[in-house]
Amino acid sequence: MKEKGEGPSPEQISTILEKHRGKRNGLIPILLEIQKEFGYLPKEVMKKVAEFLGMKPIDVWGVVTFFNQFRLIPLGRNHVKVCMGTACHLAGGRLVLEALERELSIKVGETSGDGHFSLERVACIGCCMLAPVTVIKDKIYPKMSPFKVEESLIPYRQEG
Amino acid sequence: MTFEEIRKRAQAQWETLEKGLHILVGAATCGRAAGALDVIDAFKFQLSRQSIDVPIIQVGCIGLCYAEPLVIISKPESLRIVYHNITPDLVSRLVEGYIIGDDPCLELALGTLETDGRKSPYIPELSRFEHELRLILRHCGYIDPENINHYIANGGYGGLEKALRMEPEEIIEEVKKSGLRGRGGAGFHTGLKWELCHKAEGTTKYVVCNADEGDPGAFMDRIILESNPQEVIEGMIIAGYAVGAQKGYIYVRAEYPLAIERVRNALSQGQEIGILGDDILNSGFGFHIEIAEGAGAFISGEATALVAAIEGRRSEPRVRPPRLTEVGLWGCPTLLNNVKTFSYIPLIIGGDGGRGTDGFASIGTEKSKGTAVFTLAGKVRYPGLTEVPMGTTLRRIIYDIAGGMSNERQFKGVQIGGPSGGFIPESLIDIPIDFDSLREAGSMMGSGGMIFMDEDDCAVDTARFFLDFTAKESCGKCTMCRMGTLQLLSILEDISTGKARIEDLELLQQLSEDIKKGSLCGLGRSAPNPLLTTMRYFGNEYRAHILEKRCPALVCSDLIAYYILPDKCDRACEHCVLICPTKAIKGEKGEVKVIDQEKCSKCGTCREVCPPEYHAVIKISPISKLPTASNQKKVATEGGQ
Repeated sequence: MKEKGEGPSPEQISTILEKHRGKRNGLIPILLEIQKEFGYLPKEVMKKVAEFLGMKPIDVWGVVTFFNQFRLIPLGRNHVKVCMGTACHLAGGRLVLEALERELSIKVGETSGDGHFSLERVACIGCCMLAPVTVIKDKIYPKMSPFKVEESLIPYRQEG
Repeated sequence: MTFEEIRKRAQAQWETLEKGLHILVGAATCGRAAGALDVIDAFKFQLSRQSIDVPIIQVGCIGLCYAEPLVIISKPESLRIVYHNITPDLVSRLVEGYIIGDDPCLELALGTLETDGRKSPYIPELSRFEHELRLILRHCGYIDPENINHYIANGGYGGLEKALRMEPEEIIEEVKKSGLRGRGGAGFHTGLKWELCHKAEGTTKYVVCNADEGDPGAFMDRIILESNPQEVIEGMIIAGYAVGAQKGYIYVRAEYPLAIERVRNALSQGQEIGILGDDILNSGFGFHIEIAEGAGAFISGEATALVAAIEGRRSEPRVRPPRLTEVGLWGCPTLLNNVKTFSYIPLIIGGDGGRGTDGFASIGTEKSKGTAVFTLAGKVRYPGLTEVPMGTTLRRIIYDIAGGMSNERQFKGVQIGGPSGGFIPESLIDIPIDFDSLREAGSMMGSGGMIFMDEDDCAVDTARFFLDFTAKESCGKCTMCRMGTLQLLSILEDISTGKARIEDLELLQQLSEDIKKGSLCGLGRSAPNPLLTTMRYFGNEYRAHILEKRCPALVCSDLIAYYILPDKCDRACEHCVLICPTKAIKGEKGEVKVIDQEKCSKCGTCREVCPPEYHAVIKISPISKLPTASNQKKVATEGGQ
């Protein structure tokens, strides 16, 4: 996944679209693939996808806003996911989330102004025995607490 | 190649592996989260340093999540030893000890898979394994999920080979006779569903596997797909043959990237050896399977909503009838089953491990046959995954399998089946767990996710957590579900912040009944379950929140306050003052520390860092019990003298 929110070029989009030509269940796989490549779904791209599939843009928008995976804004370079599954909730996941909001000065669902951090809550990543769990840039931080938040962010603050 | 040739080749490969020294590392998502990949790197490094070549195989999960990373060292003509909680710095000890030398390093071992009378416990005799019965999990963690030959050498695809020699009707008859009920949660009779799809008119039919495991706290489908994907695929192919379908889809949630990768690999290996494709094992029957990646919506687990998602539409359920077996994917008859349901099929049809139809039907209770798979999470000593005969009591699961509650706390209850399920209190600990007894208790099997709670968990907060989840995940189609769950949540928020009236309890009850009646699908119909069961079994907690503004479990942050006990505070120590994120704790060195309640964010960090020998920070509820500011100052001054 690209870390910056650079918009994809029309050629890049056509390459992805062509791969799915003729497939019946195209829409969601196409959107997932574009997002995997560029980190989010810009409006112009959604229009292109609609045109390619012969759909109304509003129907593509409907699908994009329905599913949790799709993002309308670029992620930060350091994406932080806080697990809010049942086990993590019981073990104090909400307190960890609040501590992260405080430390990063952004609310859940937001990306910081400089694009360095973004914060998201996820339903369950299936590692309940390590609850509460936070994922920073795909590295899993087990048994978190508000106390450990500051320290866990240090390596990500220093880079670029 | 004939199946016999395929099997012989697979067995030869398996035997070669078994004859030599080899290492298995549990590297499912859970093992990886615990550091399995670092352990593998450490093994590679140590082995190359010693210039020895030992195969390291990344296996799935044997369900002992608490023991991850888990390593099995298999030494020919000696014991296979299971090591637990292995970190990279323990690896050199294992390599020098057991791989090169003769020291089995039993101090690092969980147990052995064979016994020779040595000190280390014999794994099959551990309490957990004595009460378990592993049917669909039997290969998980012991075979390479990325090597189809491992599965075949262990009896895999024997069921398919046999099925292809049977008539579709015979297969359906066997599934019906086995008594298998759908493991997606509702417990519909699988054989009956297959028969309906088989009899449905149409030349194009589909088989769909539901791997959209959306319940937060359940992860068994992920573990099966990551540990033994071929078992699910075999079940789907047999189903395809039985109902007359040509194509299958596995709908996996996007949150499970490793599961998707392993299924993709399993499918391509199946294609390669002719177990999938246009002419499966020269039988003339053709079947193809494709992965459909989910895009993150709890509602997609509902059958008609899942079909909509595969078609590329918003995942909204529709009215039934018509059933999916008549009008399903792209309007064609469709058989949709859960991952676990398909996993049982090879065993029932193939009779692998002496189980077969009658063997399967002999396990479990009268109306719930076979085994049940549960994930164990929350406040138990040994969280993980288990498979037990249907009808096993809750007591057995908690105390004999999960090792009892952690931290010696009192067991309060268990939440079964996630947001659709309900709470089972301590008083019902002896109920046998099956589809029907759970429903009677107001819960349901659902996903099979079990979250154990102790006296530190608040019933109101738990209900609020699940309602928050369902309110967010409601697709919005039915007004009662869309608005009703929001309204329930809003009342629950009032209760947990001390703003509710006692009449609200009645309102919650009524509204819950209305939501159940006014919702089209299982999400809405079961959304009030966590609320209704907690109100039924823990009504006094609700009343304490409302009438006394007190949270008995000391969880709801608006009803609690943190307080530093002046006589326990060390005064010289400043841990809490320095760490408090909102700088709410005052007190110079040598003075008793005092929390400014206005500034306190109730994150609990002060309680966490207060050294255990002082243990000076406590939680108080209701807040009115807090010593007043003047009191506190007085106490502090006095204490300072």
